[in-house]
Amino acid sequence: MTEYFNVLVVDLDSGKSRAQQIDGRNEVAGGSGLAALLFSQFGKADQDWDHPAQPFILAIGPLTGYFPLMSKTVCGFVSPYHGQYTESHAGGRSALALCFAGYDALVIVGRAASLSCLSIGSRHMTVKEASFMRGMGVAESGKLIRRMFPKSSGHRSILRIGPAGEFGSAMACVNVDSYRHFGRLGGGAALGAKNIKGLVISGDGSRANPDGREYTQLFKKVYTQLTSTDYMRKYYHLGTAVNVEGLNEIEALPWFNLQKTSDAGVSRISGDVFADQTLLRNGACSGCPVGCIHLGFFRDRFKEDARYLYHQVAYDYEPIFAAGSMLGVTNCFDVLRILEDIERVGLDAMSAGVALAWATEATEQGLISRKQTVVRLRFGDGEAYQQAAGYLGTGHNEFYRLLAGGTLRAAAAYGGSEFGCVLGQEMAGYATGPVYFAAQSLGFRHSHLDTGAYSWEQKNPDHDVDKAVDYLIADEPGRVFLTSMVACLFARSVYSDEQLAECLSAVGYAELAGTIDETAERIRALRWQVRIATGFRPEDITIPKRFYQVRTIHGPVQADYLDRLKAEYGRRIMALAGDGNTA
Amino acid sequence: MLARCLSREATLMSQNRSQSLMKLLTTPRMDRCIGCHSCSLACSRLVHRQLSWSNAGIRIHSAGGLSTGFLAQVCLGCDPAPCAAACPTGAFSQRPGGGVVVRKKQCIRCGDCIPACPVEAISSDHDGAVYVCLHCGRCVEFCPHNCLLFEEVDPLRRSLNHD
Repeated sequence: MTEYFNVLVVDLDSGKSRAQQIDGRNEVAGGSGLAALLFSQFGKADQDWDHPAQPFILAIGPLTGYFPLMSKTVCGFVSPYHGQYTESHAGGRSALALCFAGYDALVIVGRAASLSCLSIGSRHMTVKEASFMRGMGVAESGKLIRRMFPKSSGHRSILRIGPAGEFGSAMACVNVDSYRHFGRLGGGAALGAKNIKGLVISGDGSRANPDGREYTQLFKKVYTQLTSTDYMRKYYHLGTAVNVEGLNEIEALPWFNLQKTSDAGVSRISGDVFADQTLLRNGACSGCPVGCIHLGFFRDRFKEDARYLYHQVAYDYEPIFAAGSMLGVTNCFDVLRILEDIERVGLDAMSAGVALAWATEATEQGLISRKQTVVRLRFGDGEAYQQAAGYLGTGHNEFYRLLAGGTLRAAAAYGGSEFGCVLGQEMAGYATGPVYFAAQSLGFRHSHLDTGAYSWEQKNPDHDVDKAVDYLIADEPGRVFLTSMVACLFARSVYSDEQLAECLSAVGYAELAGTIDETAERIRALRWQVRIATGFRPEDITIPKRFYQVRTIHGPVQADYLDRLKAEYGRRIMALAGDGNTA
Repeated sequence: MLARCLSREATLMSQNRSQSLMKLLTTPRMDRCIGCHSCSLACSRLVHRQLSWSNAGIRIHSAGGLSTGFLAQVCLGCDPAPCAAACPTGAFSQRPGGGVVVRKKQCIRCGDCIPACPVEAISSDHDGAVYVCLHCGRCVEFCPHNCLLFEEVDPLRRSLNHD
C-alpha cells in the first residue's frame, strides 16, 4: 500500500482539477487526520469561513471499503457557526464512491461563477452550470441531478444542499444520498459559499485486493462478528430511536426546550411506536450489512376523494428528540412531517429543532411575537413547526436569518439567552448532566459521539472533576483513530485497537498498525491545533443558565461542578494542542 | 382446462428433473434489499480479487434514487445463452443448466457479449475486461437478508420462490 494520499483538488475559480499525491499516511492515517492535514495545507486560518479560498474537504480512511462499516466520510470545513475549522461525518455511499473513484480525499477550493453542480469520478471532472436549481429543495434537487448525470445509478453518491445552504445558514446541512447528512455546524453553507448545489461522486473504478488469504479470512471474521451476534441489534432493530424511552426514563430526554427531562408523552414517540406505526423499511450505507437507516412514512390526503400522497423520512433518536420531545410534539407522524420540512430546505434537524424550541419559549415569554415568527409557535403544534422550518431554512425575514446564525445570536437581539439550549452549538439530545454538558460545549464536533460522556456520566455519579476530565481526555484518541479509518462509530465495540491493527496489517499498512496509540495522539493534537489556529478559545463558550437548572438522573446540576469541569476540560484541550502534555 | 395445465406443468417439471438441474444464483427477495452492496463487494473480492461494487457478477442499483428500492443486475441463467453465441473466441461458452462458463484467457475484450445480453447483466471496466455472474454462489452468504438464493432452479417454480 502507498504511504501517500491520492487527493483530487478541484479549483472552481479556474474550473480545473489536479490529482495530487500528498505524504503523511503513517502520520495522520486518513479521515479526521487527513482532513486536518489538508486544512493545514489548503486552509486560510486568518480568513472568513466563506472566503473563496477556504477548502471544502471530503476524506476517507485506509480501511474504507476493505472492511464492513468502514463506510463513513469526514467533511472538513470552516464553520459559518463559529468561524473555526470543524468536521462533520456522514455515511451513505460517499465513502465507497470516493474510494472507487480512486481518491483518499477531495478538496474543493475557489468559487464557481454561478450556482453549479460538480461531478467527479475515476476518469472525469465536470462542472455544470445549475442556476435553474436556485432555491430548489433537497429531494427535488436530487431528482434533477440524477437526470443531469444519468450514469452509474447506485454506484455513486449524490450530495446536495437546500436553500439554507445557499443563503449561508449556519444550520445548513449537506444531504448525502437522500437519507444521510453532513449535519452539524453548517457544512451546507460551506458548500453553498462555493456556489455548489450538487456534488456527484462516481465510484466507477476499482482498487486492488490485498494479496493472500489473510485478508479474505479476516474480512469474513469481522463480517461474521457484525452480523451473527447481537453486537449491532440495537442499531438495526429499533435503531437509535430505542433511546427515546430509555433517556426519558432516566430523566435525560430534553422536553419543551429542556424545561423538563422526562414526560409521559414519550409513550407516543418511542422507538417501538415509530417502528410499529411508521417504519416502512430499512436502508444501509454502502459496505455496511447492518442497515441502521430507518425510513418512516406518512401519508396525506390531498383531496376530499381518496387521493393520497406519501413521503419517506429517515428517523433516528436525534431527529425524534429535535422535532419531537424538544418541541413537545408527541404524534409520531407529525414528527416525521416536521422532519420532512426541515429536510426539504436543507437544515440540520437537531439545530433547527432546538432553535425553534427556543423561539417557542421566547414567544411564551413575550420576547418575540408573530411579527418575528410569522406563524404562532406553541409547544406541540406540529403544523406551526412545519411552516417555521420553511421560514428558517429560507431566511424568510430578519428574525429567521438571525436565528439561522445560531440561537444565541437571535437571543442576543431579542433576549432569552438564558434558555437557549446551546452547548457550543444547538445541543444534541442527551441531558445526562454536567460531564456531558461540558464535553459537548467544548468537543470538536459538538457531537455526543465526540466522547462517551453521556454514557460515562450515567455510571459515575460522584462529582470528581479530575476523574471526569481524565476520562474525557483518555477516551478521545480512540474515537479520533476510528474516525480516521473512517469507521462508523456504531462499530466501536467490534473495532478494538487490536482488531484495527489486524485489519491495517492485512491491507498492507503494517507501520500504521504498529503505531496506533502515537498516531491517534498525533491526529488529536493536529485537529486541535488547526481548530485553535482558526479561533477556538474555551473561555469564549458559555453554557446557558438553562443547563444549570436541569434535573438529571443524579439530581439537580451543581453549578460549581459544571463550571469547574468546563474550565478544566478547556485547559486540558489547550494543553493538548500545545506541547502534547495531557496532564 | 385447469387440469390440462397442471398436467402439462407436471410433465415439464418431470422433464426438468430428469435433466439433473444445475444450481443458479437467483434474486427472489430483492424487496428485502437494504442496498449495502455486500454481495457485489464479496463477488469482486472473492472471485475477481478486486475492491469494487462494479467489477462484479452481481451489481446492485437503485431504481431511481434510494426511495424506490434496489435492483440486482445479474445473469438470469439463459439456456441457450445469447452472450455465449455472440462471443467470437469461446471465452464464453454455454454452462449446462443455464448461464455461461468464462475462460478469461480467451477473452479478447471485444465487448460483443455486452449488448448480446437482454438484461444488461454483463459489464466491463475501463480496460474492457468483462464481468458476468458465474453462478458460483459465493456472494450468497454475505447478504444479510437472504435476498439471494443459490439452488437448483425449476423454471416454472421461479415465481413462487419468495416469502
